[in-house]
Amino acid sequence: MQKKDIGTMLKEALRSAVDAMLVPFLAVFTAIVIGGVVIAAVGGNPFAAYSGLFEGSFGSVKALSETAVWASPYIFAGLAVAVAFKGGLFNIGAEGQLALGAVASAWMGYALPGILGYALPIYIHLPLAVLAGMLFGMIWGAIPGALKAYTGAHEVINTIMMNYIALNLVSFLLNGPMKDKSPSNVIARTPAIAESARIPVIFDGLRVHWGFILALVVAFLIWWLLWKTTLGFQIRTVGLNPDAAKYAGINYKLIMTLTMALSGMLAGLAGTIEVTALNYRHELGFSSGYGFDAIAIALLGKTHPLGVVLAAILFAAMRNGATRMQFLTQIPVDIISVIQALILLFVAADAIVRYIYRIRQGGDKVVLTRGWGG
Amino acid sequence: MDWRRFGFIGLIIAILFGTVVIVGMSQEAPILIIGSMMATTIAVATPLTLGALSGVFCERSGVTNIGIEGMMLSAAFFGWLASIYMSTIFGFSMGASLFVGVIAAILSGGLFALLHAVLSITYKVDQIIGGTVINILAVGVTGFLNRQLFFDKSSIFQGQVPHAPGVLPVIHLPVKEILEGFCGLFGSTPGCIVTADAIGKIFDQKPIAIAAILLVAFSHYVLFNTRWGLRTRAVGEHPRAADTVGINVIWMRYANVVIGGMLAGLAGAYFTLESVPSFEPLMTNGRGFISLAAMIFGNWTPFGAWAASLVFGASQALQINLQFFRTQIPPEWSFFQNSYAVGQIPYILTMLILTGIIGKTTPPAADGQPYEK
Amino acid sequence: MPEKKIVLEAKGITKQFPGVLANDRVDFDLREGEVHALLGENGAGKSTLMNILYGLYKPDSGEIKVNGQPLLMSSPKEAINSGIGMVHQHFMLIPVFSVTENIMLGSETDHRVNKTQAALARLDRKEVSQKVSALSDQYGFEIDPNALVGDLPVGVQQRVEIVKALYRKASILILDEPTAVLTPQEAEDLFRIVRGLTKRGVSVIFITHKLKEVLAIADRITVMRAGKVVGTAEPSNTTEQQLATLMVGREVILTVDKEKAAPKEDVLLVENLHVRDQRDLETVRGVSFHVRAGEVLGVAGVQGNGQTELAEALTGLRAVVSGKITLEGNDLTGKTPRKFTETGLAHIPEDRQKHGLVLSYTIADNLILCDYHKFPFSKRGVLQQGAIDTNARTLIKEYDVRTPSPYVAAGKLSGGNQQKVIVARELSRPVKLVIANQPTRGLDVGSIEYIHKEIISMRDSGVAVLLVSAELDEIMALSDRIAVMYRGEIVTTVDSGSVTREQLGLWMAGVSPEKV
Repeated sequence: MQKKDIGTMLKEALRSAVDAMLVPFLAVFTAIVIGGVVIAAVGGNPFAAYSGLFEGSFGSVKALSETAVWASPYIFAGLAVAVAFKGGLFNIGAEGQLALGAVASAWMGYALPGILGYALPIYIHLPLAVLAGMLFGMIWGAIPGALKAYTGAHEVINTIMMNYIALNLVSFLLNGPMKDKSPSNVIARTPAIAESARIPVIFDGLRVHWGFILALVVAFLIWWLLWKTTLGFQIRTVGLNPDAAKYAGINYKLIMTLTMALSGMLAGLAGTIEVTALNYRHELGFSSGYGFDAIAIALLGKTHPLGVVLAAILFAAMRNGATRMQFLTQIPVDIISVIQALILLFVAADAIVRYIYRIRQGGDKVVLTRGWGG
Repeated sequence: MDWRRFGFIGLIIAILFGTVVIVGMSQEAPILIIGSMMATTIAVATPLTLGALSGVFCERSGVTNIGIEGMMLSAAFFGWLASIYMSTIFGFSMGASLFVGVIAAILSGGLFALLHAVLSITYKVDQIIGGTVINILAVGVTGFLNRQLFFDKSSIFQGQVPHAPGVLPVIHLPVKEILEGFCGLFGSTPGCIVTADAIGKIFDQKPIAIAAILLVAFSHYVLFNTRWGLRTRAVGEHPRAADTVGINVIWMRYANVVIGGMLAGLAGAYFTLESVPSFEPLMTNGRGFISLAAMIFGNWTPFGAWAASLVFGASQALQINLQFFRTQIPPEWSFFQNSYAVGQIPYILTMLILTGIIGKTTPPAADGQPYEK
Repeated sequence: MPEKKIVLEAKGITKQFPGVLANDRVDFDLREGEVHALLGENGAGKSTLMNILYGLYKPDSGEIKVNGQPLLMSSPKEAINSGIGMVHQHFMLIPVFSVTENIMLGSETDHRVNKTQAALARLDRKEVSQKVSALSDQYGFEIDPNALVGDLPVGVQQRVEIVKALYRKASILILDEPTAVLTPQEAEDLFRIVRGLTKRGVSVIFITHKLKEVLAIADRITVMRAGKVVGTAEPSNTTEQQLATLMVGREVILTVDKEKAAPKEDVLLVENLHVRDQRDLETVRGVSFHVRAGEVLGVAGVQGNGQTELAEALTGLRAVVSGKITLEGNDLTGKTPRKFTETGLAHIPEDRQKHGLVLSYTIADNLILCDYHKFPFSKRGVLQQGAIDTNARTLIKEYDVRTPSPYVAAGKLSGGNQQKVIVARELSRPVKLVIANQPTRGLDVGSIEYIHKEIISMRDSGVAVLLVSAELDEIMALSDRIAVMYRGEIVTTVDSGSVTREQLGLWMAGVSPEKV
């Protein structure tokens, strides 16, 4: 057994990085090609469409700023699903956790000054709003986590049910007690949150805000947590082999619950960002679709925080650029959904990509299907 | 099915039915309320029953399928699309258009299922991820095509939603008439007539609903009394054992998944061809997932899944019937008037069932595990 | 005496799996009515060869002829149609099906019926039941056709497997390690059945790694090693020692060198323990015993008599219904695995890939699997990579784990090396009691010797060892005292020096000690 020199280690690190990114990259590439075919099939020009897409997402400082804005909630949501995956759990409930986080932050944002009777400084109000979002997201994630840990009920169906329950609840709140009662408003939304609860922008004139930086910081923290701490070690062990984890003395039921709580908290943060940095209120239907996008982002990023950040930026770029694409070429934005579904398809079935491009197998597979726990 | 489960189902049904009866009593005779509640239950349970049957076939052969929701959604869309094409572009009659629509829905379900089979069986993708991919794909494709075809002026429909041919009609079985005649033998008391009316209502169902019930019985027979069923179950319990006696595990799994997909397709047809004559994005609203809970609760048997579907159907029927009687609900009980609250019942019920408080269930032993030679 | 005709002939069979040449130009033949034993240690290629004969694998090259007719070896169906039947080491039976359903699976209906009709053809359970009963009576098997296979004891399940082959008119029967799950007496019964079959003209291929069996039952013996055939013999002209040498390729010491034990105080005390298994059945029913420092207590018994649940209860992996477990004077009944390991327990688990290792973790991470939360491996919740690395390098050297680096994934190691990693981890803690559960299952002879040496060395340094094993030879070689487990109870506990193999075998089969 030899100790290696820096040169060899760097080379190996580079090679494994390329290995890790190769298949996702090819998956995206293939999906884009097929998307181009679909565009052509409905009478559009794929090249014009894609260049419009690129222009809209990276073509100017404003475009970059908008992409970063879109990426912020995606990063949090993607991290949420990725953390759950690392713990061996499938969190399809990001949608519901996000919605509750959003609503909680919104309430904190618009209702608190009224209740207290006086205005709050931003360095108290904003953190409170963020904490509220984290808390409610965490609770909404912990429930299916605990159910799985202590009763064996499969988290896939439970998180989906929690989504519907959450959406129903939010719908009720936004049409009822939390509805914006100002005379000009007819839709289901909360009142605007106070200035002191809003995340400030980084540069004047651009929408990119400090929440984006927060997202990057949190991604780093999650990486550190998973690979450098004992808690992370426990989460990953439970995810890879619950039996060995039991023997190792890990309280796997508690860890499962904590993992889902952490996951829910991150999803709740995604909702918080949407409220405190983007819209300054919560509107019914705004956050729809984040949940499934988060799954695609987590898988595309190979459940690694760095990968998730990159994948989130990619998805954000597509969403952002799509409006420009539609404006220039009349191709409806929904084509993005199809492309994203295809990306997910190829990432999930990476064997297909490997077969097309003749790459050999390597590395861990995400395995979740361990039966319904009967 | 053990007693705990029977008891639970009975209890929930009693509560649900009881609530409607109590509320509507002053407006209508209790027996009629029960009859119409039962009829509605059977009708709305249709997609759940078919979805659960779909799950039963897939999982009995060893393939976990959470993509039933996506299969239903795509079938709902493509079936509806086909029926509109037939009637608007080709000028078919309503009946013919709807028939073609149903066939298209079934094929669509089968096709998506084939994709799931390829991913799960040949490429051995994690089956839950694969099922999620199907769901996302279905949402994306139906959303895209829906927008493209009906909201874009340059499309074949010129950006307008054309008049749909309608929905499948109720098939009236002469149960009410027969029972009334029976009543006549005993003097035609009003109570008897009303009961006959109530029971007759139950038997007035639409084609897909009727098909669902027949398919439950047929599935049970196939699964437990035929060669196909024995081999399917073997492949889902211990595929290697089946392989050693010469059964083609891969073929059995493919076939059962596609059959499951076709059943899910028929479920999808219910939404746009039997229930309402239009398509809304995401209109399946979680029914595919509730079907899975019904399948689990029914212990992967056709009749069990049907019973569970009826319970879920009843909770939905409650919501519908309460709307009908809303004027009768006293203000203190406005909670019930709130459709948000009542609408939560199916979802909360699902979660309760999954905790296993109501009895443990045993999935097929090899469910979810790809077969490696 | 005229030579019996050759019913099966395999020539030049070669099969390559990724990384290992499982069969290397193997020639094999079988004569009518003979019992031909295929002998070799784990991994020699015996099962691969049989799976090829049975059509489950396709060989890379070579040909097979049955009664002169060449086989395409494309599927089990072809093998079945040629009269080959196989009883696998891990039964190919479906526990939730009845005996009848298991037997009829794959051969449900009359093949003359039109194909599409046949798929939906009605199952005729009654007819098949009757045929099964008839076959069962013919051979004296006493099988109830309507019983659920999962409820049947292992010996009966094996007979169901044999009837399954006979139902399909097998004339060539392959038995893969059939005595692995049987008591010595049940093995004798099996031999009787086999001789009965050969008298009726059935030819039998008997795969095993047990030397005594081979000499007892075979007419001819073929020895395989590392994928090749290395020799053939007949029982009359060979000895155990010669066969062992052929099997392993070098001189093998068949006994373990050890001095007499000098046991001291009690380390583990188990009193009236009751434990339930997965299916909520009580599989440990009032077990009591004690293990002292410096001795090896061997728990003998056929798999499935409660040993698995007993070991799990003694390591905190399974809840206890009633009874008491005392380790080093501490009452640990029902406590967590961590409490056990901190009180001085080391556990070499039965299923190393399930309980012992996380296969995708590096060797280094696996080595701190139980101690990750302790100093120096972590400080205030943060992992200390330097200490983990040093620990890994030290242990790898000390326990001779063959690997190019501590950062190789454990899943890439051979079975023997994986077991060494587990042993290294477990024994590098301060240890008072070692529970070794089937510690040499599936390992090559070299690794087996290593593990045995470790166990004796532990004993000699004053550690108490509880050895649970289904291999009677291992128990007899290593133990100072032996406890026999049958149907969840300890039948008797004896000194290893004062008991014979036959006695142990009878006790393992449930015969009461007074009668032996």
